[in-house]
Amino acid sequence: MPTNAPTAAPALTDVTASDAALRRFLHGLPGVDAVGLEARAATLGTRSIKTTAKAYAIDLAISMVDLTTLEGADTPGKVRALGAKAVRPDPTDRTAPATAAVCVYPDMVAVAKEAVAGSAVKVASVATAFPAGRAALDVKLADVRDAVAAGADEVDMVIDRGAFLAGRYMKVYDEIVAVRETCGTAARLKVIFETGELSTYDNIRRASWLGMLAGADFIKTSTGKVAVNATPANTLLMLEAVRDFRAQTGVQVGVKPAGGIRTSKDAIKFLVLVNETAGEDWLDNHWFRFGASSLLNDLLMQRQKLATGRYSGPDYVTVD
Amino acid sequence: MTSAFEYAPAPESRSVVDIAPSYGLFIDGEFTDAADGKVFKTVSPSSEEVLSEIAQASEADVDRAVKAARRAFGAWSALPGAERAKYLFRIARIIQERSRELAVLETLDNGKPIRETRDADLPLVAAHFFYYAGWADKLDHAGFGSSPKPLGVAGQVIPWNFPLLMLAWKIAPALATGNTVVLKPAETTPLSALFFADVCRQAGLPRGVVNILPGYGDAGAALVAHPDVNKVAFTGSTAVGKAIAKTVAGTRKKLTLELGGKGANIVFDDAPIDQAVEGIVNGIFFNQGQVCCAGSRLLVQESIQEELLESLKRRLSTLRLGDPLDKNTDIGAINSEEQLTRITSLVEQGEAEGAERWSPACELPDAGYWFAPTLFTNVTQAHTVARDEIFGPVLSVLTFRTPDEAVAKANNTPYGLSAGVWTEKGSRILAVANKLRAGVVWSNTFNKFDPTSPFGGYKESGFGREGGRHGLEAYLDV
Repeated sequence: MPTNAPTAAPALTDVTASDAALRRFLHGLPGVDAVGLEARAATLGTRSIKTTAKAYAIDLAISMVDLTTLEGADTPGKVRALGAKAVRPDPTDRTAPATAAVCVYPDMVAVAKEAVAGSAVKVASVATAFPAGRAALDVKLADVRDAVAAGADEVDMVIDRGAFLAGRYMKVYDEIVAVRETCGTAARLKVIFETGELSTYDNIRRASWLGMLAGADFIKTSTGKVAVNATPANTLLMLEAVRDFRAQTGVQVGVKPAGGIRTSKDAIKFLVLVNETAGEDWLDNHWFRFGASSLLNDLLMQRQKLATGRYSGPDYVTVD
Repeated sequence: MTSAFEYAPAPESRSVVDIAPSYGLFIDGEFTDAADGKVFKTVSPSSEEVLSEIAQASEADVDRAVKAARRAFGAWSALPGAERAKYLFRIARIIQERSRELAVLETLDNGKPIRETRDADLPLVAAHFFYYAGWADKLDHAGFGSSPKPLGVAGQVIPWNFPLLMLAWKIAPALATGNTVVLKPAETTPLSALFFADVCRQAGLPRGVVNILPGYGDAGAALVAHPDVNKVAFTGSTAVGKAIAKTVAGTRKKLTLELGGKGANIVFDDAPIDQAVEGIVNGIFFNQGQVCCAGSRLLVQESIQEELLESLKRRLSTLRLGDPLDKNTDIGAINSEEQLTRITSLVEQGEAEGAERWSPACELPDAGYWFAPTLFTNVTQAHTVARDEIFGPVLSVLTFRTPDEAVAKANNTPYGLSAGVWTEKGSRILAVANKLRAGVVWSNTFNKFDPTSPFGGYKESGFGREGGRHGLEAYLDV
C-alpha cells in the first residue's frame, strides 16, 4: 500500500512557498454549498443495507474502530482492559474481527502497547496538547516525541484552530510539518481539525487541503470533546477532499470521523459515504477509521443478532 | 463476501398494494364500464408484466362524465370554502396514510424508482392538497377580487411522468376554488388516478365532483372539445398542446398549457463544483430525465469544463440502475417502449451529427424498457440533441466563455420552462436569473418543487401557472 512521504506532495509544493501563496490556493478551492452537501449526505443515508451487505459492513466497521479512552481518570487497568477488548471484541465469538487500534493519551501508550502485543491492533496516541492544542510548539513536539518513544504507531494531533480562524494558515502548516517530521517513519499522523470549531464547510475543505499538503496520513474531523463532532456532511466533504487530492497528487490520505457515531446504523451510513464518494480504495482500515468507544458494542450486538436471529442485550457484550 | 461493498437487494414489498385484475372508469362516484366496452392493458415498464386491464374511455363516456361533473357543480361550488377545505384536508391525510401503497403502485405502473416516489412524489402530492385546502376559505383574500367565482367543469389531461403529482397539481386547486373535475390520466399510467378515485370515495367526496377517465388521445381530444367544459388544463407534449390550443381557440374556455422544455443548467467557474455535479445529476437523471423542466442542456464555463466533466463522469459511474422497487435504485425504467424508441433515435441522431456520446459501464436488465445514463460532449447549439426535447436520461454538454454568452445560449431555444445557475457569487445569480427567459430559475440547486411556488413556461413551454397563489387564477373567473 502506498504511504505518505513526510513532505508535501511534489505537484503542489509551489502553493506552500509563502503565506500568500498558501492563502491564495486555499481560498481558490471550489466553494461548498451547505444545502447541497447536506442533501447529498442525507440521500446517501437512505441507502438500504441488508443481509450479506450488512454483515460485511458490520465486520468492516468493527475492523475500522479506533477504540478510544481519553479521560483524565484513565488508569493502566482501564487501558489494559481496552486493549484486550480491541484484540478480541467478542469473547463469545472468535470470528469477530479485531479493531484497528486503541487510542489513548501519551502516558498510557506503553501500557496499551503491552496490552495489544502480538496482535495487529495498533496503538494511537493523541498528542500536541490534546484537545485544545493551546501550547507552544516545543511542548507539542515534546508530547509527540513521548508518544512515539513509548511506541505509538499513530499520532493524532490537533491543529491550532485559533491560528486557522485568524487566517494564519502558514503557522498551522508549519506545525503539522514539524509534527510529521517528529513522527518520522515510526508513526502515521492523523490531523484533527475540530470541525465543530471551524464552523463553515469552506473552512473544513481548506483545512483538509492544508493538512494533506503538510503531509497528513489521515484527516480527522474532531476530538470528540466539543458539541459538534463528526457528521455525515462534514465526513462527505473530507472524503471529497482526499479523493480530489489523490487525483491531483497520486497520494492517498485516510479519513477518520470521530465523536458521536454510536450506532451500527450510523456507522453503515458512513461506509456508504466512503463507498460512493471516495470509492472502495478507502474501504479498509488503513484508509478509514471510526473514532468511537460506544459504537463497538452496538456493532457487536448487531453482529450477534445477524448470527442468531435474536437481539441479545447489553449484558452479552463486555463493558470495557 | 467480496472486498467491495456490494449492496444486497433491498426490494420494497409489493404486498402493500392490491391491484385488481380490472378497473372501470370513475364517473359520478361509481366505477363503470366504458360505453363501448373497450379495454386496454397497463404494463409495468421494468418487467413488461401486465398489471391490470382498464376500461378505455370514448367520446360517449366523456359526455357522461362531463354531465356528472355539471350536476355536481352547483352544490359543490355553493359549499362554503371551509367545507370544501375539509374534504381536501381529508384527502391529503388519506394520501399520507396510504403513501407507501401509492408509492409502490406508482413505481410499478410508471417504472420510476421507489426512492423517488417515496421521498419526492408522494410527500409533494399530499403537500399540494394540504396547501390548496388552506386556500379554499381564503379566496376573497387571494388578490382576485372580493368574491371570485369558480369556472365550472374543468377538463384536465395529464402526462405519464408524474402521474399522481400532476393529478394533484390539477385537482387540488380546481376543487379548492369550487370547480368540478373530469381528468384523463395517460394511457400508460392510469392506476394511481384510479386509486385516487378510491381515496375520494374514502374521503366522502360528493358524487361527480371528481371523475377519472383513463383512455387514449381520442378521449383527451373529446374532453377538450366538449362544449360543456369551462376550463381546460393540459400538461404534456408541445405538439399536443398546440392542437389543444387550436381546438379551444374561439370558445369561451379558459386554457392553461404546461408543455415541453429544454432547460439550461449554467455552471460558472466559481461554482461549488461537487454540489453542481449533484445538481446536474438531479437535473437530468431524476425520473430518468422524463421531466419537462429537466436540466437537459449543461452550459459549462470553458475554464472548468475538463474538471467538471471528469467529476460528472465519475459520479455517473456510481448511479445504480435496475429494479425500481429496490430502495437503492437511482435510475429506473423508461416509461414505455414508444418513449424508449424515441430516446434511442434522438441519441443516434446526436451521434450521427458528430456529438461525442458517453455512458458509464452499466448493465441493463433483459426485460423492460431501459436506457443507460448518457452524456453528449462537443455539442453545439446547431445539434439536434441541443435543441429537441429528448425526455430521457440524456445530457448535452455545451460550453461558454462569458456570462452574456451563457445567457444568450440558454435563451436560444423555443422552450422556456426552467433554468439553473451555479455560482458562489450572489450578485451574479441575481443578474443572470433576471435575464433568463424561463418560468423557474433555480440557483445552486435543481428540480426543487413546492406547492407554494408557481410553475409554468415561456414560449413553446406553454402558458399559465400552477402552484402557489398564482395557481388559483386559472380556476377562477377573474
